Amino acid sequence: MRVRVQQAPFDFGEEANGFARDAGAAGAVVTFTGVVREADAGAMTVMEIEHYPGMTEKALQKIATEAVARWELTDALVIHRYGRLQPGDQIMMVATAAQHRVAAFEAAEYLMDYLKSRAPFWKKEILADGAADWVAAKEADEDALTRW
Amino acid sequence: MDVLYFAWVRERIGLPKERVETTAVTVAELIEELMARDERYAAAFGDLSALRVALDQELAEFDAPLSGVREVAFFPPMTGG
Repeated sequence: MRVRVQQAPFDFGEEANGFARDAGAAGAVVTFTGVVREADAGAMTVMEIEHYPGMTEKALQKIATEAVARWELTDALVIHRYGRLQPGDQIMMVATAAQHRVAAFEAAEYLMDYLKSRAPFWKKEILADGAADWVAAKEADEDALTRW
Repeated sequence: MDVLYFAWVRERIGLPKERVETTAVTVAELIEELMARDERYAAAFGDLSALRVALDQELAEFDAPLSGVREVAFFPPMTGG
């Protein structure tokens, strides 16, 4: 199990292939990657992601450990970036390996749900005209945790 | 103890981090002390439903005790992923 918090971009293909190779004969590997969305009006030029160094790594480690135990994963990977990103940039990825696909899919969804609301990251959208807005947490994201 | 602020809480207060000497017993008491300082703090802590707190890097409640805590952090609800 690995957790990485970094400013630098990551190579999704390379990470996914490396993860699948290391997972050996797990049977099922699921990957998800989150990409900075083009704002509706196409006005957002930069997304700035702030985080809480120290707590971020601990929180991600805790969430990943839970997922590994609960779905008996053979491996899990979480990568999350911070700093200045642009529309189209990859923000984060998760990968899960299990003996069967249901466990791998569910664990990946669990990781996503928890790291949306329980990992200390904050997103700020900076628009072309210079205006900046912190992205508000969605109630639906908090509600999503109740299904687990 | 060290008190840390993130996202718009940091912007409103104008500091990422400060050292605070306090006799506050709970997080709520610490917030009262900070709010009494000036309007920047009062504005940042005006609506507690929009705030979260972590004690030594673990999420906590506002009535949690501060005894033995070395690092308190205030921030808005998280928006990872």
